[in-house]
This record gives sequence, structure tokens and C-alpha cells, in this order.
Amino acid sequence: MSLRSPLGHARGLGSAKDGTHHFWVQRVSAIALVPLTLWFVFSVARLHGASFEQVHWWVSYPAVAVTLVLFIATALYHSMLGVQVVIEDYVGGEGMKLTALLLSKFFHVAVAVAAIFAVLKVALS
Amino acid sequence: MAQFTLPKNSTINQSAGRKYPAAAGAKKVQTFKVYRYDPDTGENPRVDSYEVDMSQCGPMVLDALIKIKNEIDPTLTFRRSCREGICGSCAMNIDGTNTLACIKGCDEVKGDVKIYPLPHMPVVKDLVPDMTHFYAQLASVEPWLKTDSPAPTRERLQSEEDRAKLDGLYECILCACCSTSCPSYWWNGDRYLGPAILLQAYRYIIDSRDEATGERLDQLEDPFKLYRCHTIMNCTKTCPKGLNPAKAIAETKKMLVERRT
Repeated sequence: MSLRSPLGHARGLGSAKDGTHHFWVQRVSAIALVPLTLWFVFSVARLHGASFEQVHWWVSYPAVAVTLVLFIATALYHSMLGVQVVIEDYVGGEGMKLTALLLSKFFHVAVAVAAIFAVLKVALS
Repeated sequence: MAQFTLPKNSTINQSAGRKYPAAAGAKKVQTFKVYRYDPDTGENPRVDSYEVDMSQCGPMVLDALIKIKNEIDPTLTFRRSCREGICGSCAMNIDGTNTLACIKGCDEVKGDVKIYPLPHMPVVKDLVPDMTHFYAQLASVEPWLKTDSPAPTRERLQSEEDRAKLDGLYECILCACCSTSCPSYWWNGDRYLGPAILLQAYRYIIDSRDEATGERLDQLEDPFKLYRCHTIMNCTKTCPKGLNPAKAIAETKKMLVERRT
């Protein structure tokens, strides 16, 4: 039981003077993802039934490789921001929350680096 | 910290509910199922059923509650004052929606009228929630005009256009229907200010006479105090005064983006 006053409790640790950047880049990345996702879905659909060589040739085309890297980076960045919000919303307990946030960040960065590396390897080989 | 399940002593004991049948000869009976909790007994909450003769009762849910307290069960506890939708005391969850008992007609509810206290607040007794933290959060946004300019010899003037910006904000009666309908406030209410308080904060941010706009925005710019709002819109949907707290929050976020771009 705490004898802290209700106002003291409500003020807590004060404002973090942050959050607007997160809010803004989440929306910017969402807007960027509209054309990128449409392009990606349309392109993958067109590749239906294509051979390994055809897909390899498609990925190694510079404009495609660049757009793929942009799509991967934007999608995973947007996902990282979104998952962070979900964790902050629902995970109770500071230790558990911090662990979940760290794991999510590591996971997103690792997947992004691996996916971009894969595209570059195909594109530059 | 999100808490999704009720503590054991807070779950409703379905079999313990008492039934109060209508008097013989009642003409138009409506049943009111009311959440009951008495901290002094140490028992879990229960839901009591009261049959009320509506031919002898006023039209609003609050009329029925007062009739129950006066004539059937004087132990029923609830807050009420103005009985005309301006004090916000009788905010409660009726038929699954947070609203004011005094402006909710019994005939608006099909079948039994289910009445619970405002969701996810600590219950003091029956329909009376503990509003301490809610009021402390209101105090934390300092809801009064702040100025540094020397006090004028007469009123602080405001143009008609600037005054119009307060419409839809000043009408808020702080009943807490919106905040207690907001999932973000349920899970993170200890840090998230909730729609009612954020609407109050915006009411002073947008007031042309206030000189602490930047300072107020500084205080709100926080991942938890403000940005737990995910535009779920329950607040706007439930507001018994027809206000739009979600819009006030969106405008605040817009100003925070504006001042850095």
C-alpha cells in the first residue's frame, strides 16, 4: 500500500516529451507501404508458375532489387513500430515488457538484414 | 499494467443474486438486474433482480433506481444529483453501454435492464466507482486558464470565432463514461490519461486566452499519457452528451506533429 497522494501518482514520472516521432513515422511508413505492397503483391502474382531462373532474373533487375529492399525495410520498420505498441498496450510488468520490446527489436532487425542480404546476393551475383 | 481477468473476490457470484418480485396487481412490470457489491460483508459481487411496476414509475432508469431504493431495497447504493444530465453523477453501465441513468429511458432497453458500475474502475459499493485517480488525472492537466500577461482591467476578450472553438468541449461534464469505455484506459489507465481528461486538456490548449499552450503540449507528449489512444472511438460512441473526445485527441496529436514539421 502506498500513501502517495493521488495527484503524485497521476503525475507519475512526468512526460517523456516523446511519442510524436513514433506516431509520425508509423504513418509515414504506412503511406509508403501502400504503393510498395501493391507493387509487391502484383509482381509476385505475375511470377506465378515462373521458373527459378525467371525469378532469379527478375530479382537481379536493378529497379526490382532496389524496390524489394525498400519494401522489406519499410515493412519491417512499420511492423517493429506496430509490435512495440501492442507490447506496450498489453504486456504487464516492467521486466516482461522490456524483454518483449528488446526481443521484438532484435527479431525485426535480424529479419530485415537477412532479407535484404538475400536480395542483394541474388541481385549482385 | 494490463489486467485481463478479475481478481477472485471480484467475480460475480451468479447464484447469490436475490429476487424482488413486483407487488401483486402491478400493471406494467420491467425487471432491473443490478450489480451489488458490499465491501463490508466480504462476499463476492452478485446481481439482484428487481421487478418494478412501470405504471407507477418515472420514465428514466434513474427514476427506477430511486424507486427501488425508496420502496424495495434501501441498501442499494448509487450516486445521483441533478437528474437532468448535467452533473454526471449517475454515470453507469446500462444495457451494456456507459451512460447517465437520468437521461436513459427505461423504454429504450429491450427486455431486462442490466445495470453495472462504470467498467474497470475500483468499486466502492454497488454502482459507486472510486473516481480518485480519474480526478487526480484531471488535476494533473491543470484545467484552468494560465497567463503571463498582466491581468487586464476587464474580461479577457475572445473573438466569436475563437469562442466557437470551445463548442463541443466546454459541455463535458466529466461523468467518465468515455474514459471507462476505452480499452486503452482499461489496460493502462494508471498512466494513460483517457479521453475525458485529454478532452479537458485540449479545451485549454485551444482556448485563445490561454498562454501556456506549448507547456500543455509538452506535458501531454508522452507514449502513455497521450499516445495510448489508438482511435478506437468507443469514447465518442458512448458520450451521453454527444461530444467527440476522439477528435479532441486527434487535434492534439496534429498540433504535436505541426510544431515539429
